[in-house]
Amino acid sequence: MRYVDEFRDPKLIRQAAREIRRLAHPGRHYRIMEVCGGHTHAIYRFGLEGLLPANLELIHGPGCPVCVLPMGRTDDGLAIAELPEVIFTAFGDVMRVPGTKGSPLEHKARGAEIRMVYSPLDALKLAQGNPDRHVVFFAIGFETTAPSTALTLLKARELGVRNFSVFCNHVTIIPAIRAILESPGMRLDAFVGPGHVSTVIGCRPYEFITEDFGKPIVVSGFEPLDILQSLVMILRQLAAGRAEVENQYARVVPWEGNLPALRALDEVFELRPYFEWRGLGFISQSALKLRDAFAEWDAERRFTVPGIRVTDPKAAQCGEVLKGVLKPPQCKLFGRECTPERPVGALMVSSEGACAAYHHYVHRVAAAASPEP
Amino acid sequence: MCLAIPGRVVEFVADRPQLAVVEVAGVRRQVNVDLLREDGLDPGEWVLIHVGFAMSKISATSAEEQMRMLAMLGEDEEAMREIEGYDFGQES
Repeated sequence: MRYVDEFRDPKLIRQAAREIRRLAHPGRHYRIMEVCGGHTHAIYRFGLEGLLPANLELIHGPGCPVCVLPMGRTDDGLAIAELPEVIFTAFGDVMRVPGTKGSPLEHKARGAEIRMVYSPLDALKLAQGNPDRHVVFFAIGFETTAPSTALTLLKARELGVRNFSVFCNHVTIIPAIRAILESPGMRLDAFVGPGHVSTVIGCRPYEFITEDFGKPIVVSGFEPLDILQSLVMILRQLAAGRAEVENQYARVVPWEGNLPALRALDEVFELRPYFEWRGLGFISQSALKLRDAFAEWDAERRFTVPGIRVTDPKAAQCGEVLKGVLKPPQCKLFGRECTPERPVGALMVSSEGACAAYHHYVHRVAAAASPEP
Repeated sequence: MCLAIPGRVVEFVADRPQLAVVEVAGVRRQVNVDLLREDGLDPGEWVLIHVGFAMSKISATSAEEQMRMLAMLGEDEEAMREIEGYDFGQES
């Protein structure tokens, strides 16, 4: 029960944990995927797995944008970054993602002009302040961050800023969930649905999970009590033989999503025919690209992008971990060749990646507790 | 990038209706509020901010919970760095 007493409602937490144990049928094994990396981080940080019965397994899903980005896309972005006229900008999470010849941070150290920004609007401002240079923004993220890129592009067009473009790596969560559900050997029973993505897309897009696949999904908040309550809601559905979309996070997530955000996405982006996801392979209509009307602001059309496919290091088993076939420490490289300090695979880079979260909260704690041999 | 940072709307920016000054733990920065204007947004209300954009309105209680959550996840300092790092509303 580590951490439980520092929670806001330790009593409610214990109640929810008891209810989960009561609802989980002892003769059944439950596999529930939390789609969002934010949930993965919270689950490990708060030690929630320790509150669950042994026959309830949480599978960590694909909802960490830097984790599912194939290395080839990082290389493509860095090829643009090395052009002399370019100032390349990216979020902090991207700066440490390994490419074939090092991360953006390492390229920066070798002289490429790469700057970290906290908002795409900062990249646009940088372009306005550097009219003799071309500023490229490395856009990444699910539907939570894609509207901010869309609004920034609308702003660039409105202001006529032409020395600015976007290297677009936005992905959409629904096709990834469908790909997982359709993958051979899929054994999931239900999903904990993403919180912040759902503030944008709402709850309706998840209906195919219940209608076509007969699996429950509960959109969840990020607090320990939220996640446990969502598991209670899932187990109640499973016990009653129901498969519905439910919204545990209604205090933030509107059922219909954010309509202005959806309109902005539709105006600026269209679906790519297919896009490669690290660990999941090519998924059709799973990523966004700029519409023709925004061709001028599309870095992939302005610059020659090598478009090289890079296979992950053979020994790394990121794909198996992403699909929930392996737990992080079961990967051959985990904690040895691949650590948060020197990540080989992207799952070790972001705090929302399953491997980094596991390494930080489980592996290190266990290592500190066991005496030196 | 995936941080959701709670902030209180202090005031709107004159002549730039898409921007509002928000306050996060005593730090004031401008953020974009385009996505919430349709439903109406007033000073004193709380919002969740992602990469410089207010994405949803929340209650004062939820805002407090979210800040506490960030602290428990060890992300509160990064959240403050992000808020302080927003440059687009600053005079250049």
